[in-house]
Amino acid sequence: MPGLVLADRAPAETTSAPIPEPAPAELVRAYRTMVFARAMDERCLTLQRQGRIGFYVPLQGQEAAQVGSASALRPEDWIFPAYRELAVALVRGIPIQLLIDQFFGSGGDELKGRQMPNHYGYRRFNFVTASSPVGTQISQAVGTALAARYRREPILTIAYFGDGTTSSNDFHAGLNLAGVFQTPTIFFCQNNQWAISLPRERQTHSTTLAVKAEAYGLPGVVVDGTDFRAVYAAVAAARQRALGGGGPTLIEAQVYRLGPHSTSDDPKRYRTDEELNAWKARDPLARFKLELMDAKLLNEDQDHALWEAARQEIARAVAQTEATPPVPPLSFFDDVYAVVPPALQEERRSLEQLLAAGTVRP
Amino acid sequence: MTELTLVQAVNRALRHALQNDPNVILLGEDIGVNGGVFRATEGLQKDFGAERVIDTPLSETGIVGAAIGMALYGLRPIPEIQFQDFIFPAFDQIVSELAKFRYRSGGQYPCPLVLRAPYGGGIKGGLYHSQSNEAYFAHTPGLKVVIPSSPADAKGLLLSSIADEDPVLFFEPKRIYRSVTGEVPDGDHRVPLGTAATVREGTDVSVFCYGAMVPLCTAAAERLANDGTSVEVVDLRTLVPLDEPALLASVEKTGRAVIVHEAPRFCGYGAELAAILAEKALYSLQAPVCRVTGYDTPFPYALENLYLPGVERIAEAIRSTARAG
Ligand SMILES: Cc1ncc(C[n+]2csc(CCOP(=O)(O)OP(=O)(O)O)c2C)c(N)n1
Ligand SMILES: [Mg+2]
Repeated sequence: MPGLVLADRAPAETTSAPIPEPAPAELVRAYRTMVFARAMDERCLTLQRQGRIGFYVPLQGQEAAQVGSASALRPEDWIFPAYRELAVALVRGIPIQLLIDQFFGSGGDELKGRQMPNHYGYRRFNFVTASSPVGTQISQAVGTALAARYRREPILTIAYFGDGTTSSNDFHAGLNLAGVFQTPTIFFCQNNQWAISLPRERQTHSTTLAVKAEAYGLPGVVVDGTDFRAVYAAVAAARQRALGGGGPTLIEAQVYRLGPHSTSDDPKRYRTDEELNAWKARDPLARFKLELMDAKLLNEDQDHALWEAARQEIARAVAQTEATPPVPPLSFFDDVYAVVPPALQEERRSLEQLLAAGTVRP
Repeated sequence: MTELTLVQAVNRALRHALQNDPNVILLGEDIGVNGGVFRATEGLQKDFGAERVIDTPLSETGIVGAAIGMALYGLRPIPEIQFQDFIFPAFDQIVSELAKFRYRSGGQYPCPLVLRAPYGGGIKGGLYHSQSNEAYFAHTPGLKVVIPSSPADAKGLLLSSIADEDPVLFFEPKRIYRSVTGEVPDGDHRVPLGTAATVREGTDVSVFCYGAMVPLCTAAAERLANDGTSVEVVDLRTLVPLDEPALLASVEKTGRAVIVHEAPRFCGYGAELAAILAEKALYSLQAPVCRVTGYDTPFPYALENLYLPGVERIAEAIRSTARAG
């Protein structure tokens, strides 16, 4: 497994300035976000087991890829996530209270309890609401990039997706469009080696996923997704290229999904402990911690404090969510259209009457 | 006879088909090594090999397109779409190709295959793991649409679908995959397509339903029996072809009809049933036809209990239909 950026085609072709290394404070902040994401993941898995949230999609193993990529973006760049991008959301500054509210589908959920856990999005954070059907965000990200260029606004769009999603309709459609229109788009594929039970090598006979970019006329880059700095550098370079008019890039971050696909999945059915343990030895958090300790940017006490702070903040957020009243029962009629049409108003009234009569209960 | 859950009955039918017809091939996402995310194909790859139970890449259009190609060549493929909600990447293959191959070739290229997909809400699946999309497909000439509600029917209808010469979309009510158990005949059990089942006889009101709504309608009927209302519950089982004689005969007897489905109301399958009753049974009707359905909104996550027809809403509709007129 390569431990460094292995460009199938040099992403630097049109890159002018060298990519600066993140400053020490940024490194520590990135690590803190990774710790936060891991702590939140652990908490949410427990909440699901306890039946307090209905479902959860963990990200463990993908923290460096997510924090590395998102840290190289600017807040005005539009993120099109899939359903596993918790650490990306944290880098974006989305308050954890909002995320926890969404996981619970509580009254505080700005999505009004419409979606399963993990399928969130917030316009003010330029973080587009995720859907479940895989791949659909890829061509959308190209359209948004075209729109931004049309308005002469110097932003880029980034689509997050997994290895399995490279087989979807929209992977092809999106990369093809982006190549033709040379849009400022980054296609960020987290190759976590599995699409539920299908291993990467059964997903495609391509040597890498990044090499697929070649056919669409874009650069494809493979990066070690357990290495924060490598990911950061790859995305920062792609961003610079894109905004300099150099077009889109496909980045394949090689990672491993340490947990189950979701809380409905049992990975023991299809993969071995040996494989899991080999990748556990390359845990992105452990790696980054060692790097920071070597650089004297972190010590054990500080690390411990980061974990404690994260756990406490998460516990507070969970408590607040659980004290929030549920979503108002008739709210699910809103937002189907800009204005609730008369026929739907009538449906809402009929349910209101059933509720008032006690025939049905929320 | 063996006592099975609905999902086990599906598994038995697939096993029977694989055993008895070398042309039967299964393909889909996570169906082999993993045995399907709902375990419908559990153990089948182990027993019949990876050439016949194929784990495919994540591409619904690829799965259905490839299955069509197999069917054209004479095999009996059974593609699985992991959730009916994810059928849409393959919509073009289903609607433009699968449904029309026989027709557009003047009968030269029939395309018999059975596309299986779990559907429906009530499992906290939110927008994209809960939908009930049967109407799009019932609206497409060339396709048959089958929805079982009991383990015995799941096996019998699935084996009939596999034997059918036309493409069949076989939608499985995942909400009752495990909650409903029943005796299932061993061996080659068949339930003919196009026959409804009267799961409960009654004289005052007819309730037409299918899939996961059937047990709820039966429960509502039982509740009303205590109040002295005799409710007939008809499980349609096959939406296309519809057992129209059964629909009409029941309404001619009771004079009152309630139609229940979890899909949204507008242009839902119930609209077709209501139209048929208006065209062919108007003079038997003593009350307006009543529909109990999902609301005309996308499927909400937190409030799915309110969105879905439940026993209370169904019972209330039956009660007012019994009193009307
Ligand atoms: C169109 C579509 N088909 C099937 C599914 C069911 N499904 C959910 S996630 C998944 C695997 C996705 O794998 P990958 O793209 O590698 O992303 P990962 O989950 O590993 O992050 C599948 C098959 C889906 N969500 N969308
Ligand atoms: Mg994956």
